[in-house]
Amino acid sequence: MNIFDIIGPVMIGPSSSHTAGAVRLGRVVNKLLDGADPVKVEIILSGSFAETYKGHGTDRALLAGIMGYHSYSPEIRDALQIAMDRGIEYSFVQQNIKGAHPNTAAINFTLPDGSTGSMQGASVGGGNILVNHINGIEVKFDGSNNTILVMHEDKPGVIASVTNLMHWQYVDLNISNFFLSRQIKGGEAIMTIEIDNLPPETLIDDIRRLPQVTNAFLIRRL
Amino acid sequence: MFKYDSIQELVSAAKEAKEKISTLVLRDNAISMEKPEQSIFEQMEMDFMIMRNSVAEGQKKDQRSMSGLTGGEGYLMSEYAGKAKPLCGSFVAGAMARSLAVAGCNASMGRIVAAPTAGSCGILPGCLISMCDEKGFPEKDVIMSMFTAGAFGLVIAERSSIAGAQGGCQAECGSASAMAAAALTEIMGGTPSQCADACAIAIANQLGLVCDPVAGLVEIPCIKRNAAGVVLAFSSADMALAGLAPKIPVDECLDAMREVGDQLPNTLKETAGGGLAATPTGKKLREKVFGKP
Repeated sequence: MNIFDIIGPVMIGPSSSHTAGAVRLGRVVNKLLDGADPVKVEIILSGSFAETYKGHGTDRALLAGIMGYHSYSPEIRDALQIAMDRGIEYSFVQQNIKGAHPNTAAINFTLPDGSTGSMQGASVGGGNILVNHINGIEVKFDGSNNTILVMHEDKPGVIASVTNLMHWQYVDLNISNFFLSRQIKGGEAIMTIEIDNLPPETLIDDIRRLPQVTNAFLIRRL
Repeated sequence: MFKYDSIQELVSAAKEAKEKISTLVLRDNAISMEKPEQSIFEQMEMDFMIMRNSVAEGQKKDQRSMSGLTGGEGYLMSEYAGKAKPLCGSFVAGAMARSLAVAGCNASMGRIVAAPTAGSCGILPGCLISMCDEKGFPEKDVIMSMFTAGAFGLVIAERSSIAGAQGGCQAECGSASAMAAAALTEIMGGTPSQCADACAIAIANQLGLVCDPVAGLVEIPCIKRNAAGVVLAFSSADMALAGLAPKIPVDECLDAMREVGDQLPNTLKETAGGGLAATPTGKKLREKVFGKP
């Protein structure tokens, strides 16, 4: 924490957890979209999000984040209209997600090429978030560090090839946290790699070219 | 580098260096954020400008919250402060009006600076902008005092809490008042010890304040509590400047606030399960916004 975590952040009201945190959850999805606008998003609101989202503008905040706006962007207020103008078909579903944090949203999205993805995360207070699932696979990161997500096949050697690439070609990158998760043995898996520094743009492309890697994303420090 | 785990640490360092707390805190943050002091100051200056914009936004006559439960508080109070003869005097009433305007701006999805939280975002601007615009203190000194406020806030967050869900409203509006009281004391030429005294008095005078938002929204009673927080900040600063040293040291007051927060039941910590939120009218207002449960 520094002085501007106390006098700040600059944000659109009314609530750090239900508005600012919701924008940040949306922004995680925005990174997974990799610059494209989704054609369809379904937003499932759970717990307190489901009960009070209208009064806090949680719906607008999530959509604004998905479209790439920040928690200080005045566009949050008009996010529903902006999404319609951009041709994004959106829906909100109030549904309790079992065992989830009270302020949880699950977002399913469809890209123009028909491919789909999902993210589930919680707003845990003061605008801070915790991402729990990406594409149905368990992850664990809070966006306070630069985070690389690597989707890959669960085969021996993939982790080594990613970390070797980072070490030998991008010498200064220091990994501060590593989390691996898979659906079933030999199936889809996700590496969550948190790093201290902001990596060069080329790193993600280089990781995507590695064998057995299906995709990779960089989620810059939120 | 400061650890920001005790206010005494800041006071002792300022006394030893014969400097204001804010001067040391600005320097310390410039080092830890690896930026020039000037750019750190400018970032704070930007926050102050945004606070001014929030006042202007929230004082509009047609300001309404997203839920429709509240609106127009900043406008009504500034009209009253300007025309009538307020009991608190036009200076304090004007500061209350500014704080209500910022809190209203927040409730209508306007842009605010959380200070330290969104729910308590009106207290610091209400106090500080008034010191510039009504009392004529130089804007530079007022912006500098925000470093003292911020540093005290960091200690409060570390030793106690600034989240209503964790510590109740004492942790939000109470912390904001204590931060503002310290800043006001510094602007008035108080010593570093007096800044700490003002903070201690503010914390001690609102221990136990519960977070009981009607319908779970940052509106009732949050908006008016910002105005109450302004009055508490001014009275605490005045008592400190008058030499009424608190009998309980400031850091112990913060520890007490944490303990009181821990002892508060969950119904009184932002869950809308108790206090005003659980009154018959509070429940009716909830139904009006969200429908029957």
